[in-house]
Amino acid sequence: MKTTIASLKKGQKAIIQEITTDRIPLKLLEMGCLPGNQVELLLTAPFQCPMYLTINDSHLAIRKEVAEQIEVRIL
Amino acid sequence: MAKQIKVSLIGNPNTGKTSVFNLLTGLNQQVGNYPGITVEKKEGICKLPRGIKAHILDLPGTYSLNASSLDENVVIELLLNKKDKDFPDVAVVVSDIENIKRNLLLYTQIKDLEIPVILVINMADRMEKKGISLNIPLLEEKLRTKIALVSARKNQGIDKLKKLIVSYNTLPTSPCVDALTFEPEYFDRLKRIFPNQSIYKLWLVITQDVNFRKVEKNSKGITPDFEIKTESELKRLQQKEAIKRYQFINNTLKETMVVDQNKATGVRAKLDRILTHGVWGYLIFFSILLLIFQAIYDWSSYPMDLIDQGFAGLSEVIQVNLPDGPFVSLITDGIIPGLGGIVIFIPQIAILFMFISILEESGYMSRVVFLMDRLMRKFGLSGKSVVPLISGTACAIPAVMATRNIENWKERLITILVVPFTTCSARLPVYLIIIALVIPDTKVAGFLSYQSLTLMLLYIIGFVTALGGAWLLNRMLKMKSKHYFVIEMPGYKVPLFKNVFINVIEKTKAFIFGAGKIILAISIILWGLASFGPTQNFNKAETIVAEQYPNISSENLETKVASYKLEHSFIGYAGKAIEPIVAPLGYDWKIGIGILSSFVAREVFVGTLATIYSVGSEEEATIKDRMAAEINPVLGGPLFNFATGISLLLFYAFAMQCASTLAIVKKETNSWKWPVIQLFFMSGFAYIVALIAYQFLK
Repeated sequence: MKTTIASLKKGQKAIIQEITTDRIPLKLLEMGCLPGNQVELLLTAPFQCPMYLTINDSHLAIRKEVAEQIEVRIL
Repeated sequence: MAKQIKVSLIGNPNTGKTSVFNLLTGLNQQVGNYPGITVEKKEGICKLPRGIKAHILDLPGTYSLNASSLDENVVIELLLNKKDKDFPDVAVVVSDIENIKRNLLLYTQIKDLEIPVILVINMADRMEKKGISLNIPLLEEKLRTKIALVSARKNQGIDKLKKLIVSYNTLPTSPCVDALTFEPEYFDRLKRIFPNQSIYKLWLVITQDVNFRKVEKNSKGITPDFEIKTESELKRLQQKEAIKRYQFINNTLKETMVVDQNKATGVRAKLDRILTHGVWGYLIFFSILLLIFQAIYDWSSYPMDLIDQGFAGLSEVIQVNLPDGPFVSLITDGIIPGLGGIVIFIPQIAILFMFISILEESGYMSRVVFLMDRLMRKFGLSGKSVVPLISGTACAIPAVMATRNIENWKERLITILVVPFTTCSARLPVYLIIIALVIPDTKVAGFLSYQSLTLMLLYIIGFVTALGGAWLLNRMLKMKSKHYFVIEMPGYKVPLFKNVFINVIEKTKAFIFGAGKIILAISIILWGLASFGPTQNFNKAETIVAEQYPNISSENLETKVASYKLEHSFIGYAGKAIEPIVAPLGYDWKIGIGILSSFVAREVFVGTLATIYSVGSEEEATIKDRMAAEINPVLGGPLFNFATGISLLLFYAFAMQCASTLAIVKKETNSWKWPVIQLFFMSGFAYIVALIAYQFLK
């Protein structure tokens, strides 16, 4: 199974891997969710969704389905 | 006189753009909608040194020039169209020191459009605390612009910004990054075909519809045969573009910015842990809600009573001092109550928007969205619909206005359409009187009474219907709106009084001028229908009543005449005409008149019944006694029995009886379509539910 942002645990940091653009909103890419950038899971709402992350120094919350599309390498 | 400099304020949401706008323009601003769409348009005038004036346009917050919402599209359409009357002489890009990396992405895009750009770095007062230092001259050189360090909070740096605006024509207009170098062949070809166009503009036009909607390309000079790329190829290129830009930004910031990590404070992390906690987070949120409710109900009742009395007093003064006649009646019974019906909402709107604006400014609202998103998604809404739905318990008008921060148009529309189902305070007087009439005043389980349980149940029914309606609409509305849910979680800030104040003033003004006209017009029409009758019976009311009751006291005579007149007015006949329609619900023509008149506002019901039953006062006890004595003309027995009562309660719970809400929905959706659908759907639904309830219970 692939490691994605959705499988991060609270406080875990990871590096974003290659991205399949079709499934991720461009907006997220523009906010810094790009290969090579660091992501950290800060908190999740109850039932793991949405997820509150820092990506490329920005504080963002995204839903789990999108998080599942972003492959990462855990640090 | 020198010409006005046209300035566009552009920036990511949450960068303090509004603060900068407020500092530049103060109260010299106005809010409207862009023609044809419901995106907010804020403009203002700013006085600059040497007597020059600037026209400041505050564009909607946007993360990039690739539009994914109507808000963002406005920004691009303006910047691509040199002929637009608002096309800026200079663009001011507002960024915030803590998110400068992301903010600069938009900056580099704007810079590529080859218009003069000034960069504002806001919240400069936080730099020291965060351990951030910037090499401004080097940064200015790298970004090829001038920078103003601004602290809206401490009122610093605005003079520098004004000076930069005055001398805008000395700013360089060349791009600062070669963002489109990732596919030389493609862009070289593009350049050869359109030698006179800015390549980045062309690129924006080509990619626009990938994200948002189709644009008329021919008008922009692009022929269809050039579009050899598929959508996913274009998206891929856009990703490359973003990477390029970030490379430039990262390199630039590496040379110009130093961050001392030790100084970064953990206030945000601590607050987030509590405010978004699975238990505490919800508890805190519901406590805040309770406080807001309390404020809207309790605090606003004092100014509302004063306004009510003020308008009643004004009516009386005019009545006493001017001769009787239709003109005076129009003023005292039509125009003044109509105006009063608008003004009376001001305290509730102001209080609600004070709270909303404080919560938003402080950064807390994003946490609410975060907490509630999952719950609301089941109904086709998002976390952002929570606040409007809850505001609806006070009054649907500010609630509909509060949907403006929902970017997704479909979600926003659904929220607007279901908000009036939540039990607003105008239903209370109707609920209270009917519950008192038909629900026994006995206790269950020692302390709970059936009456208070019924009231609670009605509130729950309102919420459930709103959510159910949303669920249904989400399936029915075939509306294409790209769905992306990415919310930014801004840092916490102490709200600025000036921003809150200006926001409250603007929202209240928007209501008065937006909804006010329609409410006033409907009030006057209704006054006409109630003050004129088609037959002689209406005009001779005094004589007829006097003949019927020869020994009546003059005070009683007056109320009897009023009742007789209402019965024989146009609305009276309309009430009788609809009797066959409302009879299956258990109502007679008198209730019919009450219902018709309460299509302006629900609370009118009680007053209308008071008139038609010719009770002199609007004391609840008096009307209640009179209603209890009313006999059902067809079936005999008390008219307000359990079945009729429940049927009426349900009718009032669901029917769209609020001209003000319809007016504001018309304004916010920019069309008559949605308020009309709302009116017929809600009232039709109310009719069916009330019908079923009565037929089962009778």
